[in-house]
Amino acid sequence: MIRDNNRFSRLFDGFNYAFLTIFALLCLAPMVHIFAVSLSGRAPATAGFVSFWPIDFTLENYEEVMGSRTFLRSFIISVVRVLTGTSLNITVIILTAYPLSKTPRVFKGRGVFIWFFVFAMLFNGGLIPTFLVVRSLGLLNTLGSLVLPNALPIFSMILMMNFFRGVPKELEESAVIDGASHWRVLWHIYIPLSLPAIATLTLLSAVNHWNAWFDALIYMTDVANYPMQTFLRTIVVELDLTNVGIDPRDLQRLSDRAIRGAQIIVATVPILVVYPFLQRYFISGIRLGAVKE
Amino acid sequence: MGDSQSRPYSRRCKRIPVKTGTSSRMTIRQYIKRAWPLYVMIVPGVIFVLLFRYYPMYGIVIAFQDFSPAKGFANSPWVGWENFEFLFSFPEFGRILRNTVLIAVVKIVADQIGAIILALLLNEARILLFRRTIQTLIYLPYFLSWIVLGGILLDILAPHGILNQAIGNFGIKPQLFLGSNNWFRGTVILSGFWKNVGFSTIIYLAALTAINPVLHEAAAIDGAGRFRRIWHITLPGIRPTIVLLAALSLGDVLEAGFEQILTLYSPAVYRTGDIIDTNVYRVGLVSAQYSLAGAVGLFKSFISFFLIVLSYYLADRFAGYRIL
Repeated sequence: MIRDNNRFSRLFDGFNYAFLTIFALLCLAPMVHIFAVSLSGRAPATAGFVSFWPIDFTLENYEEVMGSRTFLRSFIISVVRVLTGTSLNITVIILTAYPLSKTPRVFKGRGVFIWFFVFAMLFNGGLIPTFLVVRSLGLLNTLGSLVLPNALPIFSMILMMNFFRGVPKELEESAVIDGASHWRVLWHIYIPLSLPAIATLTLLSAVNHWNAWFDALIYMTDVANYPMQTFLRTIVVELDLTNVGIDPRDLQRLSDRAIRGAQIIVATVPILVVYPFLQRYFISGIRLGAVKE
Repeated sequence: MGDSQSRPYSRRCKRIPVKTGTSSRMTIRQYIKRAWPLYVMIVPGVIFVLLFRYYPMYGIVIAFQDFSPAKGFANSPWVGWENFEFLFSFPEFGRILRNTVLIAVVKIVADQIGAIILALLLNEARILLFRRTIQTLIYLPYFLSWIVLGGILLDILAPHGILNQAIGNFGIKPQLFLGSNNWFRGTVILSGFWKNVGFSTIIYLAALTAINPVLHEAAAIDGAGRFRRIWHITLPGIRPTIVLLAALSLGDVLEAGFEQILTLYSPAVYRTGDIIDTNVYRVGLVSAQYSLAGAVGLFKSFISFFLIVLSYYLADRFAGYRIL
């Protein structure tokens, strides 16, 4: 441990701690402000008196949001999407990554398959042709339009494949000598040994599904099918409170600004819940990205 | 093998073929019996990629057609390069291309420089709990959607929002941060920085932890002060990461932030804020001019493809990074 105790160095330390503290608080301030607004009464919220602490503290904005059936419906759609989308992603990632992690001798045609996937990752048809394909497949207004088009995130699959390649060959060889098929090898050796990588990819996939909104905006023609983030867009970006199903009489009591704030916070809570896990697997995810041959 | 004398000999020596395992002697029937599950496993992935990646690539033909949904990809009339001629003669096209590249490049540069500085400063903060706390706070926005962040920004940047109130205390008139062409790009770049800088910082911090502390100790014993150590040890230590991220970011030169701009922009700022992706969305999906938007989209996919391939090549060449 090196100690720098000259005056200049200590001055730098003081400046450093102060700067980082201010920077972090600036990053957080907008969210704290919205949180304070969402807990404030109508008059101070509308007039803009609230800064970082609620005025006329009330939970009514949250009661209003949680009591709105349209809002709850979009919340449920989002939960269903995250569950089906993430399990589909992980299943397809693992099933595709396993054969590709083999040598061309064990899996003949590997080279062709690799280029088939890599080219699809590097080049894409773009928004319009993809939309037309999804529509022609009859997927508009179905859950399928949200989870099927990106059922195989190719970059994640490559990370998984690289991780599988790092699994010691000796384990597999001894299992094969004992007569284990590829299914058993995958299930009993590769998956248990890859749990950290699978956990990382699961979290990233779940967060991506929770946060996705644009696909539903183009694939759902009925607001009733919107998942939460897309639904939130109609409220916070298009400022259309009629969708929320909030009784106009309630708006005489509550500030629409505070209600929007409450909805933003509710949409953020699930991320905050998994945030400690996200952090833990974050660094490992970055290392995963750096896994080389 | 290590000493120099044995090398010429081993170079001259012919490789003796070694039998590796039993697989080389397998018959086709034995191979299929063993390997068929591998081909079953890969089927779902192949189907999804064929349907949702390759089929849309075939759909690119709409850029050379006067596409109508009723006739489909196969039967719409061909028009050759007409859509592209129309596009390139349109002054709007140059504008969206310039906006896209300008916003994307400034974002990349700001993000990388900001992340390097933040990582170096965090690395110098010795109190572990402090470091953890700051990290936790600065990369929270990375995990929130642009709808959540956009909702927050639309509120705080509004004419009567908290930011305008704050600058009002200094006697500055309220500014339209999202509604004026003077401010829009700056707002997009700064809010993009807010969302992404924490993530890039973590990448650099991971690289910093890999630097051998012995180097620092040796330099300290030799009398190198704190800043000389940062300059001569820490910075060279993360140089491969800097080079790698610089090379990879080349692939993002046309990615100005579609979801962000779609959330924040309005017709008032199309002049400075409209980018290729938002334009494709409006022309293609809002106005249903599929062929024209398809042509713009193809232009972008085509350029992006070469940029990404080049970026991977440079990352391999200069930083030894390979995805495969």
